[in-house]
Amino acid sequence: MSTLTSLARALAVERGRAQPLCTVRHLHVSDRPLVVVPLAMAGEANAPLAAMAGDDPRSPALLVVSQPRNRDDRFAFAAELADVIVPYIEGFLGAEEAVPGGPGREPRTRLADAPQLLVPSPAGIAFVRLLGRSTRFRRAEGPYPVPERVPALGRWLTFLAERAEYPGSSLLLAATDALAGHWASGQSPAEDLNLAALAGWIEPPDGLSGWEAAAAAEDPLTWPPAGPATDPTFDNEVLAPLIAAHDQARAAGDIAAMGRVRTRLEQALASQLLPTWRLMWRAVELLRGLPPGGHVGMRWCADKDVFTGYVDYLREGGPPQPRRDTAVAAARRLATLERLLAACSAQRAFDDPLVMAEFRLSGEAMAGPVTAAEPGRQDTSGPRRKLRPHITMETSDPVLLDLGAVLSSPARPRQEARVLSVSAAGAGRTRVVLELAGGMGRGLAAAPGSVPEVGEVVCYATFSDGYQRPPAFPELADTPWTHGGPPPAYVPSDEDAREVWS
Amino acid sequence: MDSTEARLDRIRGKVPPRNHNARTIAALSSNPGCARRAIMDAAGADKQRLAAHAGFPAGFGQSQFAITRGNAFEAQVKANGCAELLRLLRDQLRLPIPEVSYDNLEEVGGDASRELRHARTRHLLMRTAASGRDAGTLFDHPLLRLEVGGRAVYLEPDLIAFRLNGRFHVVEIKSFAVIDGQADGGKVAAAVIQSAVYVLALRQLLAELGIGPDAVADEVILVCPENFANQPTAAALDVRKQLTVLRRQLARLQRVDTLLDLLPAALTFDLDPDPAGTPRRPAADLADAVRAVPARYAPECLASCEMCFFCRDEARGATAALGRAVRDELCGVEHVASVLSLARGADPGPGELAEAAQVLRSAARLRQEGLGEAV
Repeated sequence: MSTLTSLARALAVERGRAQPLCTVRHLHVSDRPLVVVPLAMAGEANAPLAAMAGDDPRSPALLVVSQPRNRDDRFAFAAELADVIVPYIEGFLGAEEAVPGGPGREPRTRLADAPQLLVPSPAGIAFVRLLGRSTRFRRAEGPYPVPERVPALGRWLTFLAERAEYPGSSLLLAATDALAGHWASGQSPAEDLNLAALAGWIEPPDGLSGWEAAAAAEDPLTWPPAGPATDPTFDNEVLAPLIAAHDQARAAGDIAAMGRVRTRLEQALASQLLPTWRLMWRAVELLRGLPPGGHVGMRWCADKDVFTGYVDYLREGGPPQPRRDTAVAAARRLATLERLLAACSAQRAFDDPLVMAEFRLSGEAMAGPVTAAEPGRQDTSGPRRKLRPHITMETSDPVLLDLGAVLSSPARPRQEARVLSVSAAGAGRTRVVLELAGGMGRGLAAAPGSVPEVGEVVCYATFSDGYQRPPAFPELADTPWTHGGPPPAYVPSDEDAREVWS
Repeated sequence: MDSTEARLDRIRGKVPPRNHNARTIAALSSNPGCARRAIMDAAGADKQRLAAHAGFPAGFGQSQFAITRGNAFEAQVKANGCAELLRLLRDQLRLPIPEVSYDNLEEVGGDASRELRHARTRHLLMRTAASGRDAGTLFDHPLLRLEVGGRAVYLEPDLIAFRLNGRFHVVEIKSFAVIDGQADGGKVAAAVIQSAVYVLALRQLLAELGIGPDAVADEVILVCPENFANQPTAAALDVRKQLTVLRRQLARLQRVDTLLDLLPAALTFDLDPDPAGTPRRPAADLADAVRAVPARYAPECLASCEMCFFCRDEARGATAALGRAVRDELCGVEHVASVLSLARGADPGPGELAEAAQVLRSAARLRQEGLGEAV
């Protein structure tokens, strides 16, 4: 959110259609994502009601719970969902790819691709997290046994939901977030959480404006909510009588009646899910229509690394994720989130001039033509001569730079530019003199093209997309006493496995 | 000049008034600048019905599953003279609660008029407060009264109050789950602000009896189901911050009579129903009447006010309709049309818009450069 994105919203209001916020796509879209549209029963902590899931837009699997308050029905649902999700994820366990080594890094291999789960909205991600939490501790033996794939599902869902918090990760995405990150609608961010309304702004049906499409999307009869919450009127008028009828048939032991009610329940829930299912695939198409940004592949590789790491952890028999992080894990995780947020925002700016424009407006970056250049300038002050060209650029951007600040440019990311002077150039423009270092070859003459020439429009930012070293954290065993000292090793208990899910 | 009551009665029309509850007060205090909501709530107008008749029905329906679950959980906690609740208070919060009795103030000898119920609540609470010791009673459903916009409104709280160590405590029962010690932040925030409304109302009631605010604890007790089971758990929450916010917002709420002075004397939201109850008043006419009372729409209204779609439609083209953050980023300029004309180089004239114009022009230039298309 910035003045530029808000200006795009204002334009969308005027034009009656969403306006682009990016010139490239900043997330990875898999060739074969798994779309999951879950519904939950109102008022319950995490009672699955139904789901539509699959990796083929033409043939979704429909999963329905006939009595969401019944524990056995819930676990049957979890097992059915596991039948869709676990094989999908395990489908990525085969092919590996080689990762070349680098300075201080051994060559290694990792899984060649990773799964991608798509849900409609952030509330869908919360559902995934809760369903993961309520199933990952279950066991296949002992009291209340569940099929082996139920705890497996729980671990995977937990893994994905945790990953979804990491900026730049594309393993689990909410469609509304993905779309709203690339297009500005003419409505408020709160209203953008309605997938149908947001899609209506981005791609209004023929003859409709974004306004009309979004208004139509708010009618639960044409566009049922994308879940997990259902439309209260649907609950009261359709769902409740059907669930009651099913309960009755079950109590009477009338198998035929149960089957009939079940069919009607499936039809009713399918009617609630199908519009969102189609919308999800439209969202996929919309995102695929944008060319990927330069760093998207790199971030997806990081996802593949993490996925490979978790697969290895599971193969070594690692226990399910604990209920709460330990102090060291939590601190490490927070630091990583912060670092990734900064890195991802820098990468997005380097990939996309429209994102960079936000930083130019806030004075963290500037762009303009080079007006003078000394590509051969050398620094002779030290014992060795060094190639240190100077360039002068002029910009209309508001410049808030300290002398001596080190800048970098998307066009020459391996080159550093030090600010030597900042002065007014008239007509609201600013003249900046920069000294360049690095990225020019080995000799004392700059390699062709490595120093901007007079007339070239250059962009420099106060941040870079380079690698930043993660801060060091103590090992688990060295957790300081201020944080409770070394935590006891986590061992999943029988109590975890037997936890009530009522 | 009519009395305030008479004018509010006329505005509401020939239908019984609707009660405030903690939720409506919390919503009111989240948008204290909205005269429309203040007047409608003060008059006890049926906003849902009015919005629907004016052509903007808002679905504030509640799923019966949620209601059933909420009621079942509450009943479970309160069963057998609040046995479950007492166990939580004693074991989990370690409160030294002696043997207690349970008194449901919902019914007063079969008569449930608000005045009578409130009088009984006052009487009982006063007696407890005056007795100087903890009388050992859990008061369920006390009927409270709170001054809102210069008028006293009755509150139908779903709460239990009890006295311990010389102070009253408020217990709020909610059916959203606390999972591994964490609950949905939005739901907790809503519950806490509602509890703060009760604390405030309870203090007001005691103040009328000459008892200071210290007699009601700043901490409320929230009871929720734990993890995925129906087993309740309790947590004590400090509501001092919410009390400050609430008091400030309630003080900012303009006095209803001041608002009324600005409105046409004949203003009414009466739907003129026929004997069968079908409204005869033309929708456009009602909409005009509603528009006579100024509103202050913000996207937050969508979660809390039945008039939201009406007001949103009216606010189309205003930057506030895009959310407070967007409006601020557009330098506080009020209308989208002015934002865009300034961005395209219109002369802002002397004064406060000059700086906004400069930022918006820069933004437009940068967007144009980045996208290669005119703004």
